[in-house]
Order: sequence, then C-alpha cells, then structure tokens
Amino acid sequence: MNSSPDTMTRTAIDQLEGYSMNAGRSDSAATRGHHVSAVVPAVRPVVTATSSSRLEQTVKFQTKSLDFFYGDNQVLFNVSLDVPEKSVTALIGPSGCGKSTFLRTLNRMNDIIEGTRHTGDVLLEGTDVYAPQIDVVLLRKRVGMVFQKSTPFPKSIFDNVAYGPRVAGLKNRLRLAGIVEESLKRAALWDEVKDRLNKSAMALSGGQQQRLCIARTLATNPDVILMDEPASALDPASTARVEDLIFELKQNYTIVIVTHNMQQAARVSQQTAFFFQGELVETGDTRRLFTNPTQKQTEDYITGRFG
Amino acid sequence: MSSASTSSMPLASTGASLCRTLSVQRLKEGLIRTGLFACAGVSILTTFGIVAVLFSNAVYDLSPASTSVNGQVQHNAAFFQQVSIREFVTETRWTPQFSEKHFGILPLVCGTLLVSGIAALIGIPIGLCSAIYLSEYSSPRIRAIIKPVLEVLAGIPTVVYGYFALVFVTPYVLRPFFHDLLGFDVSLFNAASAGIVVGVMIIPMISSLSEDVLRSVPRSLREAAYALGSTRFDVSTRVVVPAALSGIIASFLLAIARAMGETMAVTIAAGQMANVTANPFHSVATMTSYIVNVSLGDTEIGSIEEKSIYAVGLTLFLITLSMNIVSQFVLRRFREVYQ
Amino acid sequence: MSDLEVEYAGLLRQRHRIARCFEWCCLIATSSALLFLAVLLAGVIWQAWGWLDLQFLTGFDSRRPSSAGLLAGIWGTFWLILFTTIFTVPVGVGAAIYLEEYSREDWFTRLIKLNLANLAGVPSIVYGMLGVTAFVRMFGMISAADGVTMVISLGFGTLEIPLPLGRCLLAGSFTLSLLILPVVIIASQEALRAVPPSIRHASYALGATDWQTIRHQVLPAAVPGIATGIILALSRAMGETAPLIMIGALTYLAFAPGSLNSPMDAIEDPQRVLDAPFDMFTSMPIQIFNWVGQPKADFQHVAAAGILVLLILLVAFNATAIVIRNRAQKRISW
Repeated sequence: MNSSPDTMTRTAIDQLEGYSMNAGRSDSAATRGHHVSAVVPAVRPVVTATSSSRLEQTVKFQTKSLDFFYGDNQVLFNVSLDVPEKSVTALIGPSGCGKSTFLRTLNRMNDIIEGTRHTGDVLLEGTDVYAPQIDVVLLRKRVGMVFQKSTPFPKSIFDNVAYGPRVAGLKNRLRLAGIVEESLKRAALWDEVKDRLNKSAMALSGGQQQRLCIARTLATNPDVILMDEPASALDPASTARVEDLIFELKQNYTIVIVTHNMQQAARVSQQTAFFFQGELVETGDTRRLFTNPTQKQTEDYITGRFG
Repeated sequence: MSSASTSSMPLASTGASLCRTLSVQRLKEGLIRTGLFACAGVSILTTFGIVAVLFSNAVYDLSPASTSVNGQVQHNAAFFQQVSIREFVTETRWTPQFSEKHFGILPLVCGTLLVSGIAALIGIPIGLCSAIYLSEYSSPRIRAIIKPVLEVLAGIPTVVYGYFALVFVTPYVLRPFFHDLLGFDVSLFNAASAGIVVGVMIIPMISSLSEDVLRSVPRSLREAAYALGSTRFDVSTRVVVPAALSGIIASFLLAIARAMGETMAVTIAAGQMANVTANPFHSVATMTSYIVNVSLGDTEIGSIEEKSIYAVGLTLFLITLSMNIVSQFVLRRFREVYQ
Repeated sequence: MSDLEVEYAGLLRQRHRIARCFEWCCLIATSSALLFLAVLLAGVIWQAWGWLDLQFLTGFDSRRPSSAGLLAGIWGTFWLILFTTIFTVPVGVGAAIYLEEYSREDWFTRLIKLNLANLAGVPSIVYGMLGVTAFVRMFGMISAADGVTMVISLGFGTLEIPLPLGRCLLAGSFTLSLLILPVVIIASQEALRAVPPSIRHASYALGATDWQTIRHQVLPAAVPGIATGIILALSRAMGETAPLIMIGALTYLAFAPGSLNSPMDAIEDPQRVLDAPFDMFTSMPIQIFNWVGQPKADFQHVAAAGILVLLILLVAFNATAIVIRNRAQKRISW
C-alpha cells in the first residue's frame, strides 16, 4: 500500500470495468490501466437526499427499489438507501429482517448462493454493480467484507494478510511485506503480532482474529468495507477495540455495518437504517433516529419493545 | 406441609414390586445380548486369524507338529525359520521356482511400487480434480448424477479391469503410442497397462473421500476468500485445498494402499517376471500376483515355495495396514479441526 | 490510481483465463473417468457381440472357444453368494446391533471400531490366505491324509461334511463372508444410527425391553438401509476372484457343484443340493480369468461374453439396492 489515503479514494468504476472494457486489447498492463481511466466518464457527485441536517456529501453506494429473493422467498422489499462516502452507516433491525442480505447484495456475495435473484439497482458511484460488464472479482476487491465469525485461513498471519494482494497477482516479497505491515498497523494489530507473523493465525484470540480479518480486507485496498456484525462474537474489551478501529477507518473508508447492538450503532455510525421484515422502515442521521424516530416501528425497536 | 422430613400421609401400594426379578424374559435378554456380542467379536477373531496365519507360516511356526529333528528342518517350519530376514530384505533376486532359490522381496516390492506408482499418477490428479469439480463447481443436480456413475467404476470386478488392460489398453493405447510412435519396446504383459486400469479403479475412492473432505471445509472460509476478490480458482486452490490438505493426503494414502493390494488386474496384465525394473513397459511381478501364481500352480503344501507366499502376504499386510492406520489417524485429526 | 492497481487490473484477464482453464481441467478430469467407463462397456459389448448366446449360458467350459459355456460359473457363483448371504447377514447385522444399541463407549468398542476400519482396508488376497488355512486346512488340526467325514442323515438325503473342509464351495463362502463382513457391519451401523432416538425412547417408555425395542421398532425402520448395504457388499463378493483362487477354486471345471445343472435336478434328486456345498467349484470371475489367460484369440470373445453376463448381474444387484433405497426414502419421512 504505497499510496496515501487520498489516492485511495479514486473512482471505483474505472477499476471495475477495467477487465471487460479491455477484453479485446493486448496492450501492456500499464497502458491498459491508463486507457481505463481515460474511457470512464467522471464521477458525478450525488446529493444525499436523506441527510438534510448535514453538509452535502458524496454518495458512495445507492440502492434503488431493491427486491431480493431466495428462490420464491422474497426477503427484501423495495429498499432504497443512500450510503454516504467516508462515513459509517449502521443497519439495525431484528433477526431475519434482511439487513445481512442487503449487505451481501452490495458486493454481490449472494451470487455464490444458488437460486437467488434481485430486481432494482445497486449503484456504486452511479454504476450498477450487477451490470453485465462489471467484474465481480474487482467489485469485491473494491468493496471488502468482514464477517460475524472471524474467518482466518488456516495459514500464517502473514499469509492471511497477504492473501488478497497475492491472488491479485503481486509476487514481490518486499512489497507484500510492506502491505502486510501497513494493513496490520491500520487494523491496530501490528504491535501484537509483529514478532510472530509466520505463526498460525488460528492461534490468535477471537478479538485479534477479527482485527486480522479487517487487516486482510484493508490489504486489498478497498473503498468500502462491509461489516456483518463484526463484534457480536467478541468480549467487551475486544468489541471496544474493534469499535475504535471502525471509528478510525471511517476517515478513509466508507463503512456499512450490520449490528444487533443498538448502542454500538449509536456509538460508531453517522447514519442509521432500520430494517424490519425486509423493508427499510426508516433511515437518517444516527443521533436523530435514536432520539426522535419518525416511525412507530423504529421507536418500538429502539426502545426495546421487540427484537 | 410444615415438616419436610416426616409425612403423615400413608404410602400408596398397588402390590406390584419394581424390584428386579430373575425371569425367563431377563434370561432371554441376556442370551441375545451375549449372542450379539459374539457377532461383534467375529471381526476381532478375523484380525486375530489373519495375524496368526501370516505369523505362523511366515515367522515362527506355531503348530505343535513342527519340530526340527536332528537339525533337519521339517517341512512345516515357517518361512523365516528357513530363510533369514536379512536375505529377504537385501537380496535382489526372487527365484523360488528355480533350483537355485533366492528369496529377496525387492523385485516384488519394486513391481508393486511401479504399478501403484503409475496408478497414483493416473488416479490422484483425476480423482482430485473430480473431487474439486464435484465440491466447488457442480450444481447439486449434476453431482447427484456424476457421483453414482463414478461409484460404478469402483464396483466393476477387478478381473474386468485386467481384461480391459490386456485386450484394449496395451494393443490400442500403449502399443500405437509408445511403440509405433516413440519406439519403446512394449511387451504384451506390462506394468503400465496394469497401472493405468488400477489408477482408474481408485479414482472413485479418491474423488469421493476427497470430496467429503473438501465439503467439510467451512463455507465461511470460502466466503471470506470471495470477499477478498478471489476467482473460483483462487478459492479452490489457495484456500479450500490447502485447508483440506491433510484429509486429501489421507485419501491418497488409502487409495494407494488399495492399489497395492489390487490383485487380479495386475495378475492378468502385468505378467509374472520378478524384476527390479523401473521400465513401465516391461513385465513385472507384484507381491499380489506372485501369491496368485503360486496358488494357481500345484506347489506342495509345506514346501518353502508355498511358505514364501505367507512371507510376501505378511509384507503386503504390514505395508497396507500401516498406510491405512496413518490415513485414518490423519482423517480423524482433520475432522476434529472442523467439527 | 496507484501503480499497484494498474498492475492488478492488467493481470485480471489472465486470472480469469486461468480460472476458466482450471474449471475446464476439472470438468475434463471428471468426464475422462466417465469416458473410460463408457469405453470399457462399449469395448466389452463389442468383443462379446455374437458370443453371448443360449449355448454360452447353458453349456460347460470347453477347450474349444466356440463351445465354451459359463454354466459351471453361474451355478458356482449362485451357491457362493447364497451361502455367503446366509453367513454374513445374521453375523453382520448382529454385530452392528451390538455396536450401535448395546455397547458403551469403552475400550473394547473402540477397539472393534478401529479394527473394522482396518479390516475393510486389508487386501482381499490376504483373506484368501486366512481362508486356506482356517477353512480348507482347518489350521492343520486334522491332516488332510487322515481326514474325517461327518455324516448327518436327513429325511431326503445325507449331509456329508468332510473335515478338514478342503477346497470346497463352503470354504469359499466362509472366506467371502469374512471379506465382506466389515463392509456389512459398517453399513448396518449407519442404517441403525439413522433411526431417530425418539422411536427408541417411545418404545422404552411403554415398558419394552432392549431386545423388544430393537426387534419391533428399530430394526424394521433400519431394514432398507441394511439391505442396501448388504446387496452392495454381496455384489462386491460376486466379483471377487483372488481369494477364491487361493481357496482353490478350479479355473476349468465341466460340472456344477453337486452336479446340479438345473433347478429341476434339485427336485428330482435332493441329495445333489446337500452335496453342492462340499463339492469342488468355480465361479464366473474365475472362468473369465481363465479365458483371459488362454492363448487362443477367440477366448477373448468368450471372456467378454462372460464379463457381460457378470456386469448385467451386478447392474441388477445395484439397481435393486437403489430401488430399495428410493422406496424407503419415499415411505419413511421422520
């Protein structure tokens, strides 16, 4: 990761379309890359409709009347949500309300499951991520994901963090080491593991494993990080560290986090979306939503009447 | 009720006792249990029998009739009472049927290794690739069709494989390609044809065992890899296969042990020349084919030649048993990690 | 855009190409195994074409390829499998019931389970060695020279049991039984394990004893699974050759065990049925093995015809197993 945080906020689409747009060419890697950025139109800033109380912000992700089905079973109904750039958006709601499914549509993780389909649009910086010319491998590299259960690969700590760059084609040991160190530092894990990078990742504690997974995601240099209840399996101390980390990361990354824990949502997020039975009931500034919800269902949920 | 210790209420009594009684019913239950226990014991007896038979004929004769009279070794002395283990291990000739007898197991072990090596060369890549295809790529519907068809390969009798090697593989595959095209000297009976069919025979074993192992790698690992921008190839080869490696290797071991114990295909197709050779187009004798060929001929019971098959059988038994034990151990460790 | 990202983007096409190639490799590997099966079957049918006729099925072996027949092998295999079934089913199912329903997780049970897994991996030829010593020669307790014959008179004939058994059909059946026992036990254990505990609890709650519960509740529910396992194991026994050669099955034999050449013979002369288990024998795979080894080229066709008959029987066995399994799955839904 030899780029400053600023250069990381490059447009995502030019990367995503890179593969297919050059399908017929045989230029060298470098020129091909330049072609891509030249071909793709400039990104238009989209004004967030929901955050009237805040300054105008660039929208990173946008879904428009998204429906989602597992076979014949519809789990998302007409979800339209804007995710502002470089901030934390929390998705809350009772179990089975579709918030995790929604999260997984953003980087097309649901593609892996057979018999799923969707209607409506999921736009990353204005481009439909389900469009045929989008390369899902690049999409997922741009839109990283951290899971509820920490999922370190049964490899060394170094190999875990280096996984993303390696599969992307980076072989240079020195550059890999640089990326691993930088990612681990950003994930606030470096000091704890720097002396045992070649030890198995399975030997780390639960909290360390989860931060390793975050570091592993950071190593692929994403714009957006999706987190699916990242702290639900952790003890309070580890949870606090992960929350601190999320707070740090939002300066450079757009973060969407699913959480069961409303205090957590209130602590880490700027925007909160409340899902109920597959529908997006209410969305807005976190402080506003928790203090003054407009919908009855939201109020019932955040005051603990169900869920 | 104020006092818990004493109750003023009378105890109800139906007159029926709950005490155990010795009845016909109980006796019958006990007998059945003993009978079933005996059935389970048969498997232990089998193992005991195998070990006793091999040991008694190969290492040290246990039957009371065998005594050496006036220093003259009796006919029913065990193999290693007549041939030193040293000769068995270090001698490079195996000629029990000649007047000048040599008993060096090396040529037979070499033949077995050659055939099972070729089988591994064929069976392992195809079996592993099929396992990866079934576990990572195919839809459940396709898998439901392919798996039983693969199992059919395992159900075909080994004489049929031998026939196929002799009648099809050698004349229509090996001879045109390696003899006519590349100029190798391919004999009618050769290790390659036997190895190829044995390799095909172990494909279903490797693919079904490895597929089980691959599928027990948690889904969460695959998802994590996809979320890092992996192609299906990356997920399969860099995450799933490495995570399942110990189990996969155990399945290889089991399959190779099976290949080493394979008898009829090798007897039919590989010939019976006990040679130390690495040439796959030459005729070789394996441990198993030697045993069959001795059994087919009319060797005198109690002769050294007849005893020699038990020494060879013991060698084969020990090799396959140790491979089986190692792979079971590895598989159990693997399952403990992911369950 | 950083240099690294440019590099990644450039490599992407290649990565996708490798991924596609790999998928194709896996698909080709899988289909090559299936292709081999197809070629094998086609080759056998091609070689057997015109040779598999009524004369082949009803005639005995011959030195002349054109008049060689499989009858001795068909009868031999029939008797072998019959007796193997009779020995294997009670012992195998009994052992499985003991291990699943009675035994506790003690060292002895663990030993048996470990032992079963290892026995299943012992090469079949080693079982042949056990069979020769244990059944054919009976550990040399009675030397073959002064062998005894036990004579048991039955209403319709006499049962003459030679001791030691010698190279007879019964010795072959015993050996095959030991060979497939581990497979039968393991399959039966799985079938018993699949019966939900609630059935057992319900039965115990009604005051049934262990055996009553097993006999009337557990066993009937597990029968389809057990039957499937047994049929598959028997089809393996049917193709076994090496242990029978060790036992001393004859490669060339011009009569069926007990001279029982057609089912009618059994009615006309019941004594032949009693003679069959103690007679010399051959079996289908052994006859095939013999024909494959014959120098006359036409015997390859005879062998192919024999293989075809054997494969058809095996397919019938396996189809039966599949039908039983499918019907059971439809009937029982817990």
